Amino acid sequence: MQHTKTYKRTFAVLILMLLLCFFGNISLGSVSIPFQDVFNGLIGNATENESWRHIIHEYRLPKALTAIIVGSGLGISGLLMQTLFRNPLAGPFVLGITSGSSLGVALVIMGASVFGSTLAGILVSKWSIVIAASLGSFIVLLMVLILSNKVRDTMAILIIGLMFGSITASTVSVLSYFSSAEELQQYIFWGFGSIGNLTWHELFILFVIYAIGILLSLVSIKTLNTLLLGENYAKSLGVNVKTSRLLIIITTSLLAGTITAFAGPIMFIGLAIPHMTRQLFNTSNHKILLPAVFIFGAIIMLICDSIAQLPSSDLTLPINAITSLVGAPVIIWLLVRKRKMMF
Amino acid sequence: MTKNKSHIVLKTQDLTIGYTSKKAKTVIASNINIELHKGELVGLIGANGIGKSTLLRTLTNVQHKLNGNISINNLPLENYSNINLAKVLSLVLTEPLGSKNLTVFELVALGRQPYTNWVGNLAVEDFEIINQCLLQTNIDDLKHKKCYELSDGQLQKVMIARALVQDTDLIILDEPTTHLDMYHKAYILKLLQKLAKETNKTILFSSHEIDLAIQLCDTLIVMTKDTVITDQPCNLIEKGTFNNLFPKDLIIFDDKTGSFRVKK
Repeated sequence: MQHTKTYKRTFAVLILMLLLCFFGNISLGSVSIPFQDVFNGLIGNATENESWRHIIHEYRLPKALTAIIVGSGLGISGLLMQTLFRNPLAGPFVLGITSGSSLGVALVIMGASVFGSTLAGILVSKWSIVIAASLGSFIVLLMVLILSNKVRDTMAILIIGLMFGSITASTVSVLSYFSSAEELQQYIFWGFGSIGNLTWHELFILFVIYAIGILLSLVSIKTLNTLLLGENYAKSLGVNVKTSRLLIIITTSLLAGTITAFAGPIMFIGLAIPHMTRQLFNTSNHKILLPAVFIFGAIIMLICDSIAQLPSSDLTLPINAITSLVGAPVIIWLLVRKRKMMF
Repeated sequence: MTKNKSHIVLKTQDLTIGYTSKKAKTVIASNINIELHKGELVGLIGANGIGKSTLLRTLTNVQHKLNGNISINNLPLENYSNINLAKVLSLVLTEPLGSKNLTVFELVALGRQPYTNWVGNLAVEDFEIINQCLLQTNIDDLKHKKCYELSDGQLQKVMIARALVQDTDLIILDEPTTHLDMYHKAYILKLLQKLAKETNKTILFSSHEIDLAIQLCDTLIVMTKDTVITDQPCNLIEKGTFNNLFPKDLIIFDDKTGSFRVKK
């Protein structure tokens, strides 16, 4: 008795594509490394050229793994938000998570000149940016959570999140008005997003928090499916809507907050991946959609990163620009073809 | 008809419903005493704004009562946890579905959620119950269709099937016949009558189709400005309850036909 499609073949193709993109991503770059050597390098065998092994181990492998974490993590947090708010325009940014991170980073980079000596002593290192971004998204999340306990309506939370976004955006504008050109440039570079700068140690920390987020999202699968009916129906099916909502918001913040902290605000992925996946799988059932978004997000991010590396050249384009350039036309094309945005 | 009077599924005693704000209590209706038995089809009728929805929301624990008692299967409503309430009470609401990108089967299967494991996997008996309910509601041929492909009448049947699948003693429907044409109004109510008989579940629905409700229901709950009366339709006609349902300037109730007509 098979009433619900399991999409085994589509999943098999996707996993194959993921592996292909993973190896492709590692072999492409300013130096082109043949597939055979990539494979040898990965399993620890000797490669034709010792520097290739170094490139693979210290640079390309962590970058490819980061791409997988970023793509799948942001995709899943987008999916959670779209279902929770039953709004196709929702993404990780709606709760103000990304803008919270931006504010934290802006305060660290540009705050020094505005507030003078108080913050000037802090070294603007990568760790201080990561901590500032995490703190920023955490504080915004905390405020959204406190307010969401007072507000019954889920749509109101959406608006509150967007308002936090506006507040932080304008604060950043005010800060940038007073800051020096160098600081502004540093902030803008952070805003471009980057997945290539993570050391193994940083990657490990990112992975641990990300893994917790993914596990929490798995726990929510059943609730997410009932939420498709609406909150009152979910309640009538025995779901504790308030607790589940809290869990979903926390999961999203963990995923999107940490990823933004380490990789910068990666635009578009969180919003677009769930839609692209839904077009591919034509279902809203989260038991299928969640793993599909996971794999698909990772694939798209690997492809975007490969493009950003501009194979065989020394240039690297900002990943943020690529995710939008690649993805936005795809979404427009899908919408025009299907004429409808399902969620 | 031999009805087991001893098994009362839903009972209210001196129930007062309404709203509480910070300062004042707004009482919508009070002294509500209802007893609904197993296998009964019960219609809740009354004019717009009289408090039908408030009563249903209170009975389904969406809204708090102001006073009195509500019990389901002899257990006070407030003693039920969310999940246990979901096993004795299922709902069909007027609110639109959050997403219609589910197949009919997937949507109906969601009714098994209170019984399934943490990811919601369906067991063999779940499949059996779902298939049986699809047959009972005559939507077996629709099960692979997406919900956005359905007409309003079909969707209503699907929502009823979903409630049925939840396997509860009591099903409450909030105005299940709105937006439907005359044929489908009768069809849905007739279906509810059949389901109440076949499954021995108690089905309570609010409706504005008074003439249909009079013909099909075992019991009617009539809400007027001052009182809430529960009785069999024929008794209510004899007592002249329907004459007080609406302001008398426009329409009057005709005892012989059991329906309203416009005053000439």
